[in-house]
Amino acid sequence: MKRASLLPIVLTAAVALTAAPVRCEELRDLWFGEALYHAKMGHYFDALERLDTELGQHYDLDEPELDPLHYHIDRAEFSVGDFELRYRMHHRAGRAIRAVLEGDVEAPVRNEAAYRLARIHFHKGQMPEALQALDRIEGAVPAGIRDDIGFLRANVYLATGRPDEAIPVLEGLGDSRELEAFVAYNLGIAYLQDGRETAAVAQLERAGRVKAGDEAAAAIRDKANLVLGTMLLEAGRNEEAATYLDRVSLDGPFSNQALLSSGWASTRAENYERAVVPWSILAGRETTDKAAQEAMLALPYAYGQLSVHGRAAEYYGRALDTYGAELGKLDASILSIREGRFLEALVREEIRKDEDWVIRLRSLPESPETYYLMELMASHDFQTGLQNYLDLADLRRKLEGWQSSFEAYGEMVDIRRAHYEPLLPGIDTEFRKLDSRMRLRLEQHEMLNKRLQSMLTAPRPEFLATREEQRMLATLEAVEEKLDEQGVAADDESRIRLRRLEGRLLWALRTEYHDRLDAFHRHLQELDGAMTALEVRYRQFVRVRQAASHSYEGYDTPLGRLHARVGESIARLDRLMARQGRLLEVVAIDELVARRDRLERFRDDARYALADSYDRATQLQARSEAE
Amino acid sequence: MYQLIRIALLSLVICSAADAWAAGDISGEQMRGLDEQVQEMKTDVLDIAAELGRLEERLLYPSGTQVALFVEIADGDALRLDAVQVEINGELVAHYIYSFKELEALQDGGVQRLYTGNIPTGEHSLSVTYTGKLKNGSDVNGSQQFAFVKGVEPKMLGITLDGTGDRIAIGDW
Repeated sequence: MKRASLLPIVLTAAVALTAAPVRCEELRDLWFGEALYHAKMGHYFDALERLDTELGQHYDLDEPELDPLHYHIDRAEFSVGDFELRYRMHHRAGRAIRAVLEGDVEAPVRNEAAYRLARIHFHKGQMPEALQALDRIEGAVPAGIRDDIGFLRANVYLATGRPDEAIPVLEGLGDSRELEAFVAYNLGIAYLQDGRETAAVAQLERAGRVKAGDEAAAAIRDKANLVLGTMLLEAGRNEEAATYLDRVSLDGPFSNQALLSSGWASTRAENYERAVVPWSILAGRETTDKAAQEAMLALPYAYGQLSVHGRAAEYYGRALDTYGAELGKLDASILSIREGRFLEALVREEIRKDEDWVIRLRSLPESPETYYLMELMASHDFQTGLQNYLDLADLRRKLEGWQSSFEAYGEMVDIRRAHYEPLLPGIDTEFRKLDSRMRLRLEQHEMLNKRLQSMLTAPRPEFLATREEQRMLATLEAVEEKLDEQGVAADDESRIRLRRLEGRLLWALRTEYHDRLDAFHRHLQELDGAMTALEVRYRQFVRVRQAASHSYEGYDTPLGRLHARVGESIARLDRLMARQGRLLEVVAIDELVARRDRLERFRDDARYALADSYDRATQLQARSEAE
Repeated sequence: MYQLIRIALLSLVICSAADAWAAGDISGEQMRGLDEQVQEMKTDVLDIAAELGRLEERLLYPSGTQVALFVEIADGDALRLDAVQVEINGELVAHYIYSFKELEALQDGGVQRLYTGNIPTGEHSLSVTYTGKLKNGSDVNGSQQFAFVKGVEPKMLGITLDGTGDRIAIGDW
């Protein structure tokens, strides 16, 4: 038996580019805080919606420096790009980040933006642009991303076939604890790419011994050992290969592949007894795994080589049973996908409650297709397509929710219109009457104020006469005019009485002037208070009156336009979702068909080997009986 | 043989930034084309959301009567908030039980908009009650009454919960 493939592993430069969300130390703007709240929960659509609105309102202000967002404006601009990036809106994210780069911002903020932009280009496979963005970094760099920048630069060099430039960058990152495993591994790959095989082996050997602080680092360490073991195996250095393959942890993501290769290394060295050990472990593992399926065939092959034909036949039989069952599963999966159940399972909201939802899909009894798609689902492009499909499903749910609200909004506006429209004309008529009366009083109030001011500079006692006194003064004036007409002499008794009465009145007005002025001033102050209250009530009424109109006027057009826009978006989204879904289904089915073809080949091999084992067992038995 | 393998390995390294499709004739090009359209779709829906949000706010919470309550935690992880209950003028307006994810977002500096509603201008009372746990695992709860004045402009009140367990602060924004 020949080994099916020595290269099932995908060797790529390890990418560990993470960026912590923006932490706002002293929050001064609640709406920005709300956007962060949504973002920190991974609800980037809501975060963007909130922050876009807040930024739009901020820039519309005449004096934006009075807006609390002013304190966070650089962070807010930056966060928009960050959220867009996380929401997989690379185009907009790029624009937003470029805006920060071109703005008048401090070097650390600008450099972080340049780094984020470079990451976007890297993920999109636009390496020259990624390098251009990295070249814009100069001056102070936030400590948290200093190593990430170097690591990204090295990855760009590797991706563009410039290992000689990547090597010094990676070598300079040797002190980075966080990226230690990734740097060590990628440096090994860089040496390999540069044709420095001895250095590559030594470096991968080092990468395979790195102390792992977390699962990702442990996985990359395993990967280094697996790659090194596979390389040595291909070079015929079987014993050395086995050493590195055996270093791969038994419960890591690369353990199955390592067990398989370890068995092959022993087989190449014709040490079949040792090959049985890893293959026995692997053959008992998850039956959908590629390596486990291969081990089911490899294990009896090793027994056959050890001339234990009976056991070999037994294991070939087991392999045949397993392959048969798995082929049935694959057929059911292909059918299930064709019937649309794969996409149905994906969009179920409860599945995506936690971060490991892709793994949890495997446990869904009603979606067998996912058993075989874990590897495919882990690939970057498929994940992008899958995430896009899920994002579209979320957008559809939002649009549907909004669409169902339009009717309620329309009804609300109609109810308000029906309530206010009959009432408002009567209210407006009453208001106009009150308004004219109020204006008169306001004018009077103003006149009294002016009079007070004039009396403070030139005393006018007659202005403070009571109504009765004013009437009496007018009467005395009329009597005097009459006496003048009749030509009554100045010393006449009636004129003396008249002057006495006038004197009496003027006496009172002059002597009581200050008291009366104080009282006038006090009363006017009281009136000021009442007038202010009146003005407040007046303004309140005007606002309430305006609010009444605004509660139902001016909604029909925007609501109608939005309703139509939502409807069009749903139609467009449905078309896009169908295309995206179809693409995912085709890719998934192709993967399943490839797996089925592989299993069918294994089954044919197993059938042949089973018959061969029986023959050999029979021959051996006959020979021993003859002896 | 080793050279062949090495060339295969290196070619995979070079392609690392844009993984090849596993399936034969489905190209990454198609996926990228669709990705562009999905991004456009997201932009469109975000625009709709923004416009609809503004319209909804004007329709449901006019500025003259709008009141919004926000919740934040002052001292990061000192308080593990379980629930918050808020009454305005003796009437329950919000009773919120926090999930782990929401609590983490609050502890990490996020601010939650707990309630948006309408009240007339003038003086009002606000009652805030919360329950949770302190860092040492002991239960904590607090309740406090506040008075506030609603003017003609929208009223934004930030409720800050202190990790010491017995302080609730109200900020007028």
